[in-house]
Amino acid sequence: MRDVAVVGFAQRQLQDYDGSPQCAELLVPLFAECYEQTGWTKKDIGFWCSGSSDYLAGRSFSFVSAIDAIGVLPPVNESHVEMDAAWALYEAWLKIQTGEVDTALVFGFGKASAGVLRRTLALQLDPYTLTPLWPDTVSIAALQARLGIDAGLWDETAMAEVVNRSLSDAEKNEYAVRAGGSSVADLLARPMFADPLRKHDAAPVTDGAAAIVLAAGDKAREVRERPAWITGLSHFTDGLQLGTRELTRSESASRAAAAVGGLDGVEIAEVHAPFSHQELILRRDLGLADDVRINPSGGPLAGNPMFTGGAIRIGEAARRIWDGTADKVLGHATSGPALQQNLVCVMEGTN
Amino acid sequence: MSRTLSAPVTVSFDYTRSVGPVIGRFLTGLRDGRFVGARLSDGRVVVPPPEFDPVTHEATADFVDLPETGTVTSWTWVSEPVAGQPFDRPFAFALVTLDGADAPFLHAVDVASPDEISTGLKVRARWAAERTGAMTDLVFEPAPVEPVETPTEPVSTSSTNETPAEPVTGIVTPVSLDYTYAASPEESAFFRGLSEGRIVGQRCPKCEKVYVPPRPACPTDGVPTVEEIELSDTGTVTTFCIVNVPFLGQKIAPPYVSAYILLDGADIALQHLILDIPVDEIRMGLRVKAVWKPRDEWGTTIENISHFAPADEPDADFDTYKHHL
Repeated sequence: MRDVAVVGFAQRQLQDYDGSPQCAELLVPLFAECYEQTGWTKKDIGFWCSGSSDYLAGRSFSFVSAIDAIGVLPPVNESHVEMDAAWALYEAWLKIQTGEVDTALVFGFGKASAGVLRRTLALQLDPYTLTPLWPDTVSIAALQARLGIDAGLWDETAMAEVVNRSLSDAEKNEYAVRAGGSSVADLLARPMFADPLRKHDAAPVTDGAAAIVLAAGDKAREVRERPAWITGLSHFTDGLQLGTRELTRSESASRAAAAVGGLDGVEIAEVHAPFSHQELILRRDLGLADDVRINPSGGPLAGNPMFTGGAIRIGEAARRIWDGTADKVLGHATSGPALQQNLVCVMEGTN
Repeated sequence: MSRTLSAPVTVSFDYTRSVGPVIGRFLTGLRDGRFVGARLSDGRVVVPPPEFDPVTHEATADFVDLPETGTVTSWTWVSEPVAGQPFDRPFAFALVTLDGADAPFLHAVDVASPDEISTGLKVRARWAAERTGAMTDLVFEPAPVEPVETPTEPVSTSSTNETPAEPVTGIVTPVSLDYTYAASPEESAFFRGLSEGRIVGQRCPKCEKVYVPPRPACPTDGVPTVEEIELSDTGTVTTFCIVNVPFLGQKIAPPYVSAYILLDGADIALQHLILDIPVDEIRMGLRVKAVWKPRDEWGTTIENISHFAPADEPDADFDTYKHHL
């Protein structure tokens, strides 16, 4: 295996982005930041890979228009996934492992505010038995939350504690679209939106984009004194049918964590839980120790742009390696309804 | 004035899906007012039946009929329903485990307030009078409190029951999504220019090419194209096609010409219609001029230009547009 590290990261998170669905004008400054961080130009990028979906904002072939932001004459080596850009990062990492390229720039973008996000996401469900009922993502998460409450696995107070910690931490994150801790009692006094979920239990609808730079070996060492070396990268998925999944657990998250040899020694984890109770599921099923610092960025409850929310977790975790805050971190990404798909990316200061 | 122009847009498409033998059997059951589940290799009875066993990966073959009563195993209150959901007023989504089944499935429960639903509530299906063989053929409602005679053991149907005469083989799933569509700042400048009778392009600061409509970034250099350039409404046909095929939503009777027009001063051609010339006289190099609609019909749209028509000039030299093909 080649040693591959995260060496660049740039992001934007906005409550209501007023630009185009393909977000090219949002990506241009992000790529510029990546060039500045690395000292590279686009000629130094061996592979480009993006994550997005046209359903989000109703623009067809938006991923094709988005590559205007790269400048693709002469043509570039490029690919796309209809998933969170964390999975684009996985493809880029594989591409580097093949030896074909030494560097990659991964990006994602999405303008969720252009439509009704919780409704649009019904299209990711089984088209025969679920989509005809248009179950919105918040309702599905609420069904999952109640299962855990009824089973005594967590309660509304534990969920509010996740929210309060996230929004308090988000006060220090300039990109957060929702921030400001209060108290568990105050949070619990707020009205239900999708009983047993209150609005703050769900990640805010967020527009945004993010870019991550990967590099192998010496290319990484040229850029950073302390590259965030990827020492474990894995993803798994649970089945399509909600009824036959054990929704209070995340088997795919457990498997992903096991596939990288477990998460012992992780000091900081950026966990992509778009709903408060899902962080509780992930902490247990990823096997995170009690003293692991979770989401110092504020996490997805403070801002969760579709198709970059997971990649941002990896970028935020990598920054803690670069600045020496931690020696071993986790970036986690999820996709699909009720934590169906899970990706873990373990990064370390030494390889 | 906001930075960008935006407008509502609806994207809709009816997906026609064939359903196969397993889902087809389930949907045929719904049409006939009954639930068909399957017994899996691990002994669990599951509805809707999965097409393949999650453990052995064998095709599902052991079908069972299930009663129309069950228990709520989880629920939520949909306080703000979205379009297409079973009710257009607040309602409950629930996981319902049918009596005799071992796994729940998601559906709606018709109750008036969250106080009327709880985990453990007994519910029964209420079938629509007109059924097509779709999940929308039913909703659940609280079951009467008196005990109803339901079989405690699921009845196997795989060998005993005959297949209905006309099984459901397909469904149509309409998808319609409403968006607020925003133009990029550069595209907004283009459309605002059109509303004043001007065609606005932008020049890339690096390669100096002029794009019309302007794009959020130069596709060659990946930098914003900031310098605004007002272009002539006269140009050269670089390439064209004669549209002979009718299609849904077509506004002009075929045959007609759709062409790439390189406006004077631009480096990228604009696509538009060529009219006022017999289609067999259209040619590369033809000089054309925009025909604008009456000013009082103008909006922020390319439709302000009705079409392009011959400009009564000699044809352009091939050399003047050969780099723009």
